[in-house]
Amino acid sequence: MAEKINKEKDCSTFGLRKINMIADKKNIAIPDFRHTAPVDQVGVEERASRFTKRSIKKETKLNGLLLALNMIDLTTLEGKDSDGKVKQLCYKAMHLHDAYPGLPTVAAICVYPSMVKVAKAALGDSGIKVAAVATAFPSGQSSRAVKLSDTRFALANGADEIDMVISRGKFLQGEYNYVFDEIAAIKDACGDTRLKVILETGELGTYDKVRKASEIAMYAGADFIKTSTGKISPAATMPVTLVMLEAIRDFYYATGKRIAMKPAGGISKSKLALYYLVMLNEVLGEAWMNNHWFRFGASSLANDILMQLEKERTGVYQSPNYFSID
Amino acid sequence: MSKAIKKNTIQLKFDSARVYEPAIESKSAAKIKPVYDLFINGKFEKPLSKKYFNTINPASEEILSSVAMAGKADVNKAVLAARNAYERTWKKMPAAERAKYIYRIARMIQEKAREFAIIETLDGGKPIRESRDFDVPTAANHFFYYAGWADKLEYAFPNRKAMPLGVAGQIIPWNFPLLMAAWKIAPALATGNTVVLKPAETTPLTALKLAEIIQEADLPPGVVNIITGAGDTGANIVNHADINKIAFTGSTAVGKIIQRAIAGTNKKATLELGGKAANIIFDDAPLDQAVEGIINGIFFNQGHVCCAGSRLYVQESVYEQVIQKLKDRMETLIVGNPMDKNTDVGAINSREQLATIQRYIKLGNQEGAEMYQSACALPKKGFFCKPTIFTNVAQSNRIAQEEIFGPVLAIQSFRTDDEVIEKANNTAFGLSAGIWTDKGSKIFNLTSKMRAGVVWANTYNKFDPTSPFGGYKESGYGREGGLHGLFPYVKLV
Amino acid sequence: MSISSSRLEILKTYKVYIGGQFPRTESGRYYIASNKKGVALANVCLCSRKDFKDSVVAARNAFAGWSSRAAFNRGQILYRIAEMLEGRKAQFVEELTKQDLTKAAAIAEVESCIDRLIYYSGWCDKFQQIFSAVNPVASSHFNFSVPEPMGVVAAVAPQNTSLLGLVSLIAPIIAGGNTIIILGSTQMPLSAITFAEVLHSSDLPGGVVNILTGKVSELLPYFAEHMDVNAVAFCEPDNAAQQLLKDKAAMNMKRVIIKDDMKWSTATAQSPYMIMDFQEIKTTWHPIENIGGAKAGY
Repeated sequence: MAEKINKEKDCSTFGLRKINMIADKKNIAIPDFRHTAPVDQVGVEERASRFTKRSIKKETKLNGLLLALNMIDLTTLEGKDSDGKVKQLCYKAMHLHDAYPGLPTVAAICVYPSMVKVAKAALGDSGIKVAAVATAFPSGQSSRAVKLSDTRFALANGADEIDMVISRGKFLQGEYNYVFDEIAAIKDACGDTRLKVILETGELGTYDKVRKASEIAMYAGADFIKTSTGKISPAATMPVTLVMLEAIRDFYYATGKRIAMKPAGGISKSKLALYYLVMLNEVLGEAWMNNHWFRFGASSLANDILMQLEKERTGVYQSPNYFSID
Repeated sequence: MSKAIKKNTIQLKFDSARVYEPAIESKSAAKIKPVYDLFINGKFEKPLSKKYFNTINPASEEILSSVAMAGKADVNKAVLAARNAYERTWKKMPAAERAKYIYRIARMIQEKAREFAIIETLDGGKPIRESRDFDVPTAANHFFYYAGWADKLEYAFPNRKAMPLGVAGQIIPWNFPLLMAAWKIAPALATGNTVVLKPAETTPLTALKLAEIIQEADLPPGVVNIITGAGDTGANIVNHADINKIAFTGSTAVGKIIQRAIAGTNKKATLELGGKAANIIFDDAPLDQAVEGIINGIFFNQGHVCCAGSRLYVQESVYEQVIQKLKDRMETLIVGNPMDKNTDVGAINSREQLATIQRYIKLGNQEGAEMYQSACALPKKGFFCKPTIFTNVAQSNRIAQEEIFGPVLAIQSFRTDDEVIEKANNTAFGLSAGIWTDKGSKIFNLTSKMRAGVVWANTYNKFDPTSPFGGYKESGYGREGGLHGLFPYVKLV
Repeated sequence: MSISSSRLEILKTYKVYIGGQFPRTESGRYYIASNKKGVALANVCLCSRKDFKDSVVAARNAFAGWSSRAAFNRGQILYRIAEMLEGRKAQFVEELTKQDLTKAAAIAEVESCIDRLIYYSGWCDKFQQIFSAVNPVASSHFNFSVPEPMGVVAAVAPQNTSLLGLVSLIAPIIAGGNTIIILGSTQMPLSAITFAEVLHSSDLPGGVVNILTGKVSELLPYFAEHMDVNAVAFCEPDNAAQQLLKDKAAMNMKRVIIKDDMKWSTATAQSPYMIMDFQEIKTTWHPIENIGGAKAGY
């Protein structure tokens, strides 16, 4: 409720907007996580598929593609990541497709903690953020001390955002307080650095559990909730993202605090990205329609969007050979 | 959850949700003739009445076509054609052959699905998304389903032989023109009856398009006759001495007139009439899906649905939350040009129906209920109505008792299961009901206590060819769809 | 002792059966039931519109309980009615012979009634299985259709028998969970009321069956008009009466069930389709959770 949203009017859907956010620091009563809102699977999937019935054309499509591009956390999370690979990725982040003038950059690049320093240096003052996956990513199977130390290492190297994983084993055992406390501890370590909490929805099994994990994460101090590590299939899906967006909406109504959303993994086509934006637009509204409040965790989405943009500009279907792979 | 927060301090904004670039379906993919005659005995014939009437696009008020007005002599001609076809060919035909004709119709509807969808939307005002994704495929599936029954009737009625009734007179409404034609024609043909069908006067075009398909499918002449006209034409069908069966979908008032008209005869009847369904949300329900069910329940097809969930009952402990979610969801509904693929709520079917809806909206306000309408802008031309909900409604309010047949929802709160069961059944109607709760045993308690023919639990407004549909009480009698949809078209010996 | 010859016989007062009680008609009107030779058999209640109204109230009150009884329990109660009738067979035979049946015909009629009750007793927990369906809808929903009782049925018993027609109509209607108000044969009303005594001693809850006597022509319009009656049943091939019934029934869309071509003494008069004539079909939908990751394939 203490929020001030830039009221600058931009009638076209998916038009880019500036945003001012004032962190809300009031005390929030913690609910009993044993009883969270139930989700009907068939209903939520039906609703999610309704968004894909929207027909996104012309100006709306163009704006949507540019916005989606600007929301990408360009990601490399591999054991074989090296300084060279990360540097190339950072260059790509800043110069998506120079043949097309006036493109935005991506929002962030997402790397392991050991790569943060290289990335920071490579990105310079581009404004692109560096997100580090921490807390014994991707499994989270380690001690709290290790996870905190992992987080602090990433922060010390200059990470702008921390992507943590929840302890799914503990969560599925019903140890919700453990999960909550762990997130709170990591958030404590993060301070003002924004924390993304990865639920790894592909391991949770049901939408009810996704809803529960979302609530635990938000009440424990997450700035973002994020679907997946990208290491588990299924990763992000529209219904799972819808459940999380609805959790964000309910949390917002309950507390006045905005939480950002990041679906990650499995979104590689521009058309699908547009449907995610339709869903965001119709569940959380225009205030969330920017890269402060929404990100796509993806590695190959950017090029597909670029191909679409070129197709829109030239009227000709594109070949991947004309778009750099980094 | 939301108690700590003062109202209106926290709000989501959805202005942007309504401004997608228009994505207009092309009219050119459909052929509408300037004039349509009566489809009798396999041919399009000029009406003996010599009269025609116009059918318009309710979204633009433009004239789409001129269709024949069947007079008494035309009805006689159609019934005679149906009688002859029944006696000479249809009832003698091996059932498996009958089936193949019906399959053929199903296939040809699928082939021409796009054209049907466009015409349905132009003539009736429903969003193209609905005619494309629901009306037309469901109609085709209905024919396909019943086609398969034709040669399997001995398995449907244990220890009995099912005989056709003869000539069926079928009168259908304007809310699902093609689908209702399918619901009527498919089971009638499968059981060996012949048909005289009259579509509603505001939406005759897809039925006439279906006539073209029936002609193209080489169905023996007279097995299906499609004649257009208004109430008088319907009355002439109902009162025709050589009709054995009346199937009617429409208002309860007209249903009663029909029952009286055939009281002195042996005509059988199936009547699918009005409704005022209760949609009940318990506090343990999956609320976001329930809200979607409320939206589907009352705004699907502009609320022109006899089983619309037009009475909403919300348990008091989640009342504020549900209303908030409902209002937010309403803000994302796109109201406007039905031909736009993004439109969620299209045009009201006719000027008269719009006037009726507006009269009820006025009445709701006079009765002291609190109105909320989504902030959308309405097109200047055509017949449109904003999605509307009334809160603070009492059971005694007329908007909670009478069928409005438009996008208008009457909302009441309740406290206990017994209370809501009593209120839900406290109506002359009994077509459908909705129950939303996460508790299985409560679902079965509620679904079995609802005096209604179709009960949706944790879902709403679902239809399927295999699923029987029809009412209790003043919502009519007889079932359409599924195995039970065969009963009204046979006599068992 | 041999004083019987001088003993004055106690005549039976034939009252009606409403809500599990045996009141006299509130109208205070009676008519004389006599046999074909014109010998008066008894004074019988000439029931009024108000008696009917009271019966509908009783039937409505009994409906919730009766319709939600376990089907098995309804079967047991119908069986119990048959047992009671068997036990009082001689009384019915005597009463039927008073009403002009030969002894053999009377015995046949009572035995048919007993057998018919047994027949429907067995159907109570079976017809649902025959006439229900699980419907294979294309979406991820569980969908099933089951018969449910229509509610309160107002019936005119077949007029050409005293007992068999009445029992043949009551049994399928209550077997399916309905409650009933039935008008006995005007000409041969005695067994209808005596049958009420059987019902009364058979664990059947009061109000499930209500039996009136009187004139068809007088009561029929009220049967058809009453707004709290869900269905009417009529068995006479009387076109004018049928038309009146169908016409007035339209007031609240009562179901009108005409059974004017039945041979009540034959086996064709009994079938589960008779039960189904007094049933609605309710279809219920519920989503089926089908999480993509959880595979049940094999």
